Amino acid sequence: MAVVGAMAVHAVVSRQEPAAPTHSYWIFLGMVLAVSVFLSLLQRWSNGLRRWMGHMCPIIAAAFVLLTLWAVITSGFRLLPLPYFPSPAWILQSMIEDRAMLFDSTWHSLLLLLCGYALGVAIALVTGVCIGWFDQARYWGMPALKLIGPIPATAWIPLAMVLSPSQMMSAVGLIALSVWFPVTMLTVSGIANTRASYLDVARTLGAGRGYLIFRVAVPAAMPSIFIGLFMGLGTSFLTLVVAETVGVKSGLGWYLSWAQGWAEYGKVYAALIIMAAFFSTIITVLFKVRDRVLVWQKGVIKW
Amino acid sequence: MVTIAASDAVREPSSLRARGVTKSFVAHGDAADRTLALSDVSFAVEAGELVTLIGPSGCGKSTLLRLFAGLETLDAGELLVGNDPISGPSAERGLVFQDPNLFPWLTVRGNIQSGLVARGVLHSKRREVDNFMRLVGLEGFANAYPHHLSGGMAQRVALARALINHPRVLFMDEPLGALDTFTRMNLQDEVLRLWQMNRMTMLLVTHDIDEAIYMSDRIVIMTTRPGRIDKTISVKLQRPRQRNSPEFLKLRGEILELLHLAGKAPAVEPT
Repeated sequence: MAVVGAMAVHAVVSRQEPAAPTHSYWIFLGMVLAVSVFLSLLQRWSNGLRRWMGHMCPIIAAAFVLLTLWAVITSGFRLLPLPYFPSPAWILQSMIEDRAMLFDSTWHSLLLLLCGYALGVAIALVTGVCIGWFDQARYWGMPALKLIGPIPATAWIPLAMVLSPSQMMSAVGLIALSVWFPVTMLTVSGIANTRASYLDVARTLGAGRGYLIFRVAVPAAMPSIFIGLFMGLGTSFLTLVVAETVGVKSGLGWYLSWAQGWAEYGKVYAALIIMAAFFSTIITVLFKVRDRVLVWQKGVIKW
Repeated sequence: MVTIAASDAVREPSSLRARGVTKSFVAHGDAADRTLALSDVSFAVEAGELVTLIGPSGCGKSTLLRLFAGLETLDAGELLVGNDPISGPSAERGLVFQDPNLFPWLTVRGNIQSGLVARGVLHSKRREVDNFMRLVGLEGFANAYPHHLSGGMAQRVALARALINHPRVLFMDEPLGALDTFTRMNLQDEVLRLWQMNRMTMLLVTHDIDEAIYMSDRIVIMTTRPGRIDKTISVKLQRPRQRNSPEFLKLRGEILELLHLAGKAPAVEPT
């Protein structure tokens, strides 16, 4: 039923379309229509597919309703000023025309993000475990963490440009810094809040310091560490886009400001759409990793 | 039935001795304001004996156990295991708490073998893990995580985890206190069986007078604030003991009397 609803919406979208000057949106909608017809036929034979479609169709249909609304407002009635608010068809066209550049930008962003994130997490875990476990490290490290940590990583940009030998390295450093603070903070809190009774049990089982830190405190802190990893991911996206906008000569952030410079707002939206897909994919991957690592918490975690 | 002693270097049970043990805690974070938890406590447990500590809440039973386990340091007095003073925790002295305190991130198998991992001997003793899982009846749950286990099952895992190190002494701090009556009685038999099979000294803290009489060779009664040894009672009943035999009930009445609880309820309930 939901499939039929979705198809009806598609039909409406298609009818609204003639105002658009290009064919690609037609092709896109035709493809969506074909896929949904195909799936609605297929679901007769597959229970799992039917359940999935029953679940997904309302939200997908809603997305297309919004898209249609957008098309009506922009290309239908021309209510919003061009070039700032192009029609969906126009955006799709920009995406296809610039696909090589968009792909290249996404690739560079991914590389930069992964380097910075990995570096930041690695350093954060070391500092977090040290500050969380050793009293000496806590005494000296905590004030530094509290002072330096809250400064937004982007505020270091003027310094980073002077200090680092290359734009790429300064961007990696900034992203690492932005990840470092939340991950360290939550690692510290996770380690320091390890239930004392776990440590007592481990001691009576013959555990040495290494076991207590890496096999008791760190696993016990994992749920907290993952909250830090998610927060760090959020700040790293922000830092990535800003760093690319002001320094690095590639990546999605750079593409965004470049397109804006040429007043090609179709491309701006195209970049935004790619970013949405890109960032949410990375978050989904982190969720999957968390579900794997924290499998022992299943039924306990609600986020 | 699996015999464990054969697969490990046999460890002899150790005797325990406390001489004039005193311990106080800082109250409300003020170093001058100290609460005396134990005052001049002296008693001994023979090697291989099963002794129960019983007394009202706050009499320092658990503190005494933690001192013996090496998790706290004493203010004055002497604690000996065999002939050696206690300087810290050791795998030779196991401890089981009321809360099983299983590591939630490890499976049942992971928990049971954690003592072997901690001592770095897992490789040579991997077979023991299966033995102990069978011993406490958890073969089918090797890969289950603790949050799937019932209270009784979790406490069995905690027992197996403590026993796999073949401790000379096993301390138990109200290990069955949080369980329902049926599970508790089953596990009392189980603990007795494990104690008899594994040759170890056992010091058990409990609130449950029946449990104390049912299980132990001797019952040490403590008074509260500050904790002191009040009286020691030998239980000379033949095992397995009958919970409703006249001797059992008579002893129960005596202990209730000693704890000044007899007046509030009939010492011997009609059964």
